[in-house]
Amino acid sequence: SYSSLPCLNEEGQTFVLPLVGKLKKQISADPTLCPEYPSSLGLAEFTKRATEFALGKNSLALMENRVFGIQTIGCTGAVRLGAELLKHWYNTRAAWCGPVYLSSPCDGNIFEAAGIQDIHYYFYWDAKQRDVCVEKLLADLEQAPEQSVVVLSASAHCPTGADLSEQHWALIIQLMMRRRLFPFILLPVQGLCCGDLQRDAWPVQHCASQGMELLCAQSFSHCFGLYGDGVGNLLCVLKQSSLLSAVQSQADRLVRALWARPSVGGARVVATVLSNPEEVKHIVERCMLIRERLRERLRLLGSPGCWDHLIKQRGLYCCTGLNGQQVEFLSKRRHVYLLPNGCLNVSAINSSNLDYIAESIHLALTSAL
Amino acid sequence: MSIFSEVPQAPPVAVFKLTADFREDSHPQKVNLGVGAYRTDDSQPWVLPVVKKVERLIVEDSSLNHEYLPILGLPEFRSAASKVALGEDSAAIKDNRVGGVQALGGTGALRIGAEFLRRWYNGVNNTATPVYVSAPTWENHNAVFADAGFKDIRPYHYWDAAKRGLDLSGFLDDLEKAPEHSIFVLHACAHNPTGTDPSQDEWKKIAEIMKRRNLFVFFDSAYQGFASGSLEKDAWAIRFFVSEGFELLVAQSFSKNFGLYNERVGNLTVVARDNENLTRILSQMEKIVRTTWSNPPSQGARIVGKTLNCPELFAEWKDNVKTMADRVLLMRDQLKAKLQALGTPGTWDHITQQIGMFSFTGLNPKQVEFMIKEKHVYLMASGRINMCGLTTKNIDYVAQSIHEAVTKVQ
Repeated sequence: SYSSLPCLNEEGQTFVLPLVGKLKKQISADPTLCPEYPSSLGLAEFTKRATEFALGKNSLALMENRVFGIQTIGCTGAVRLGAELLKHWYNTRAAWCGPVYLSSPCDGNIFEAAGIQDIHYYFYWDAKQRDVCVEKLLADLEQAPEQSVVVLSASAHCPTGADLSEQHWALIIQLMMRRRLFPFILLPVQGLCCGDLQRDAWPVQHCASQGMELLCAQSFSHCFGLYGDGVGNLLCVLKQSSLLSAVQSQADRLVRALWARPSVGGARVVATVLSNPEEVKHIVERCMLIRERLRERLRLLGSPGCWDHLIKQRGLYCCTGLNGQQVEFLSKRRHVYLLPNGCLNVSAINSSNLDYIAESIHLALTSAL
Repeated sequence: MSIFSEVPQAPPVAVFKLTADFREDSHPQKVNLGVGAYRTDDSQPWVLPVVKKVERLIVEDSSLNHEYLPILGLPEFRSAASKVALGEDSAAIKDNRVGGVQALGGTGALRIGAEFLRRWYNGVNNTATPVYVSAPTWENHNAVFADAGFKDIRPYHYWDAAKRGLDLSGFLDDLEKAPEHSIFVLHACAHNPTGTDPSQDEWKKIAEIMKRRNLFVFFDSAYQGFASGSLEKDAWAIRFFVSEGFELLVAQSFSKNFGLYNERVGNLTVVARDNENLTRILSQMEKIVRTTWSNPPSQGARIVGKTLNCPELFAEWKDNVKTMADRVLLMRDQLKAKLQALGTPGTWDHITQQIGMFSFTGLNPKQVEFMIKEKHVYLMASGRINMCGLTTKNIDYVAQSIHEAVTKVQ
């Protein structure tokens, strides 16, 4: 799903950037900030930075003025808006109903909610190998009719945490160009994968540099612990700058009948943080460290099985491989909450709960359930 | 070839274009009577004192985390918001058949309600169910229901331009003739854009027909407290319909009465026949929210929830709301008095008879054009003015301008 529950520890806290707390205090004390209706497109400072964040400041598409960004209510809002835009305008003669191709596993309901019925799934996660199977993925996309929309995760695939390499991406994008497939890219946790903000966004940048049109749904909720504020951005790259005004005006019209305008608080914080990349790098490094330490703890405890996938996977999520019973044990007996499929949110782990969580996983694996 | 090559430019939203034009105007005496937001007597937006207080409390509270809210929203906000609409002593709430869905402002609440009705009302996915909106109405009503999938959106008679009041007989006639099970969008109070509300007796007539003909009641309540200064008075129509046994939806906005325009605080109140129905309805609402914004933003809901649930803060809020409502009432009185003193032709009683933020002045499009171009007083082509745009500093100029428009332009 696009906005999974964060993993909670026994105190029910998620990791909050100290900077976020500080910024919120500053914002609330600022007398010049006015409580007026924001634009339906959102806070301009935020959409500008969010869009640059994904495409890179030197993106040709940006310089040629054929990109727009619209602030949305989280990643879900961005996907929904994108789906509505496609539904209404992908084929201007009649309402477009698909086909849309989604990864398996994935949540297709947002497109259905927008009235797009024709939904297909392409092969993604191979449960046995605990990895992505690109050959099968490419085979499925080869069968997709021309002009199908394909939804892909740029990084930190939810819920598996298993990502495509740059080589994989190059193959996929090449196929998509050849078969005229339209990319709709999900970018929910940019920067939290490998420490390199640009690398996480590489698929988006590569598509854009190949001259493709695309939609990209970004979310900043996870990055900055702003779960309660639902800050998202729908980015649209067009082939011609002459189309920007018209397409943006139609997206604007759709926003006005969905939520009218987004809330500003979180966007202000994100805009400020995005102009402060050191802080973001800090979270990224922290997440990688946590993964290593968790694996080490499990090794020291003598937990059965191999835990290399903890550090092989990237991003905010980690697919532990624990089964339903073990997940239930963790929540009921240890108050450690994972997603039903065994995925956990790495950023919720810190030095004070790491031991408890490692012990809990160990117990889940070794107790008679 | 772009897949978007044939996308036409959408027309600009009239009210925002008006504000944009106003901003570009350099005339020293320009006045903006367009967009619907409260302004102080200094023409400034107003952060309610109680909101400032509560925001500080929230920011200082380190026990609060930044968690996702549940899909249906902050529980203490939802229950308090529904209570504000239905009343402390609401029998429906006591019967446990009232629920709330936190939404992105009034628009979000309308959209979720519309999506629910399109999917589950009058059959399954019955996009042909007629939806009636008042003539005129807030122009976004059409877009919300159309985008939710309804194919048949029709006007019901409401504003009588000749007598500058409610066209009750036309309204009742439309109710009698509407196909059974049609959905009617009713403004709970302070009708936008006319400022003209049915009286209690008129509401009773409306309710009688709606009950007899099985028409669905969907209230839009964006101005509770703001219209008369009294929460109870402004919710009378909603509470009456509930007491008459209607199952209904109320889209509530806290943008205006809390001055929280940019926090997007709204609530869709559901009044169901019984708790069992309510539970099933809310489960479907949850699915709809999940695919629209998934989790609503927390800040605004926390502010409103905290305020409504604390007796001292609640009292302070009611006071703040009354301050806003009183200023509007004062401007209405003064505008009418000045027009009468100027001897402006026509009757101006409707200025003080109408209620809420807006007034349908009765100025025709040519007169409106004169006001904008010659006098730099910006109002909607319909003749609608936002009373909050009037201040003690500009009211003489505006009254004079209206006088000239009416006497010079036919």
